[in-house]
Amino acid sequence: MRRNLKSGLMLGLVAACAAIMGCDSSVPSAPSGESLSGKIEIDGSSTVYKLTQAVAQEFNKANSGVAMKVDKSGTSGGFKKFVLGTLDVCDASRPISQKEIDDCKQNNVEYIELPIAFDALTVAVNAENDWCTSLTTDELKKLWEPAPEGKPHPVMTWKDIRPGWPDQKIALFGADRESGTFEYFTEAIVEKKNSCRDDCSQLADDNAIVVGIAGDPAALGYVPYAYYVPRTDKLKAVAIDSTKDQAGPVLPSVEAVNKSTYKPLARPLFIYVNRKAADRPEIKAFVEFYLKIGASMSGKVKYIPLTDVAYTKGAEQFAKLQIGTRFGGGHAVTDQPLDHIMDQEPQP
Amino acid sequence: MNDVSRLIAYRKRQDWWFQIVGALCTLVGVATLVALIVKLMLDGLPLLMRWRVFLFSNASYMPDESGILMAWVGSLCVMLVTFLTAVPLGVGAAIYLEEYAKKNRFTDLIEVNISNLAGVPSITYGLMALWLFGYLLGLSSSVLVGGLTLSLLILPIIIVATREALRSIPQAIREAAYAAGATKWQTIWYHMLPYSLGGIATGTIIAMSRAVGETAPLIVIGAAGWVSNLPPSPVTSHAPFLNFRWLNADFTVLPIQMFTWTADPDPAFQANAAAAGLVLIVFTLSMNAAAIIVRYRVRQKLKW
Repeated sequence: MRRNLKSGLMLGLVAACAAIMGCDSSVPSAPSGESLSGKIEIDGSSTVYKLTQAVAQEFNKANSGVAMKVDKSGTSGGFKKFVLGTLDVCDASRPISQKEIDDCKQNNVEYIELPIAFDALTVAVNAENDWCTSLTTDELKKLWEPAPEGKPHPVMTWKDIRPGWPDQKIALFGADRESGTFEYFTEAIVEKKNSCRDDCSQLADDNAIVVGIAGDPAALGYVPYAYYVPRTDKLKAVAIDSTKDQAGPVLPSVEAVNKSTYKPLARPLFIYVNRKAADRPEIKAFVEFYLKIGASMSGKVKYIPLTDVAYTKGAEQFAKLQIGTRFGGGHAVTDQPLDHIMDQEPQP
Repeated sequence: MNDVSRLIAYRKRQDWWFQIVGALCTLVGVATLVALIVKLMLDGLPLLMRWRVFLFSNASYMPDESGILMAWVGSLCVMLVTFLTAVPLGVGAAIYLEEYAKKNRFTDLIEVNISNLAGVPSITYGLMALWLFGYLLGLSSSVLVGGLTLSLLILPIIIVATREALRSIPQAIREAAYAAGATKWQTIWYHMLPYSLGGIATGTIIAMSRAVGETAPLIVIGAAGWVSNLPPSPVTSHAPFLNFRWLNADFTVLPIQMFTWTADPDPAFQANAAAAGLVLIVFTLSMNAAAIIVRYRVRQKLKW
């Protein structure tokens, strides 16, 4: 009896497993497309994840022989594996840093840098907030920069930003320190990378930031554009008035980003392709496919596509296997439109 | 006389109050659970109504085409590896400690440590597994590594449960077996193990139902957010009819899939997360139910 029970249990499990898996993997690869096989491993930014996953899914429809794995350990987490050469493609919400470039050199890893979409970091307030419709970058800087040594922060209430605004304490929500989003926002607004006041909620999950802002009429926070778009009923985007450009307040939108008037919070998103991996036919096919449908997929997952010119230039660059970065190992925030940046030669 | 009846009334009131407080305490737990399940049902039901799509398609960027096929198959494969490794190791270790090992300082130390290990946060096991399997053995993330990681996690629970089960067998049974001329091994195999099977099975199933909900250690060892293909089938149409390539496949599991959906920018995916949560709850509850049934059955069969 006892043996029956034990082996019965095991047999059951094995049989169940077999039954489920037997039904799918024996299917031959899809007739469309030449029969590619192999494995593609992708990791990196959680912001880019959604777009890459969508592209991977479409790619898989025609190439079911290629086993793909898409993960989202964050931009820095992805680069940690990428510089060791264990990753084929790395999603990134900021350009590769100098340290990561050095690590690549040390490990003889060469990379191809390809922008694939835009994100407009959106400064959002609660939908009930009827006073704040725009903020200048100076005001944002004063709001987010760290307090002076040993003193309380000078901006605690809305009234501290502009005198006519209510005397309510601002609840601040932002990305956590591990994310590319935090790095970009601090560099663009506080003008010093990773420098931020510490009396705000720094959350790893962008949805938690959305919930935080939606739950407090006096809240303010920043999220990637894709998190703002589906929730305009609860969140209100704040127009950004660049103090440097004097061009007036601009709301985040696809048009504003494409005309590069939404400054300085529009940022390109990237994939980095391992140069050696790019020789493999399945990776080559995948990256070409990515650049081809990047624009339409961006629209489908509510991201902001690049201009057609940028995708074409990216495809040319990939065809020539040009390695290196155009951002010099650091500053993601530039004044130039991406199309101009794409004209420059990448520097290895 | 009056004093006495007042005292009695006072104590009865005390009794009554304690009952109320106790009932409220119970209610808090039960009500939270019920509220949670009802909320998940309300959110996830539309998807579960289309269970064919939900259970048999891969996660997608389109919320209503998005399913949990890769996730639950991944969970099942990982659990299979966990089961096949943790049970023999755990039961073996428990038998050794309970029946063979001499009681001395060293075994005391081991005992204390095993009990402590059962309470170690699961992420610690993830880090340990990453170091052991990833850096030391050079294995990349796969069903095998995932399963082994979770089996490390539940080993202490199985060992403790098995030892408890062995300990609950009266000493007289052992003595009777020895008196009839049985060796130690015969005693264990024909008496100790069958009698403790109920306890072992219960402990194992409860440990497995803890493992099936684990996310943190699997994320640490690199379980994917999304995989395109199912693991290769373990049975093939030609000899030798078995293949073990599925052990080497990339995988994702139900809780990670839920986590991915809750983090998605599109709020529509919250419904998918809720539905996946319901499936996971059903998974766990049915495992716990199995544990209860097994225990009941085995107890009925026991005649000392």
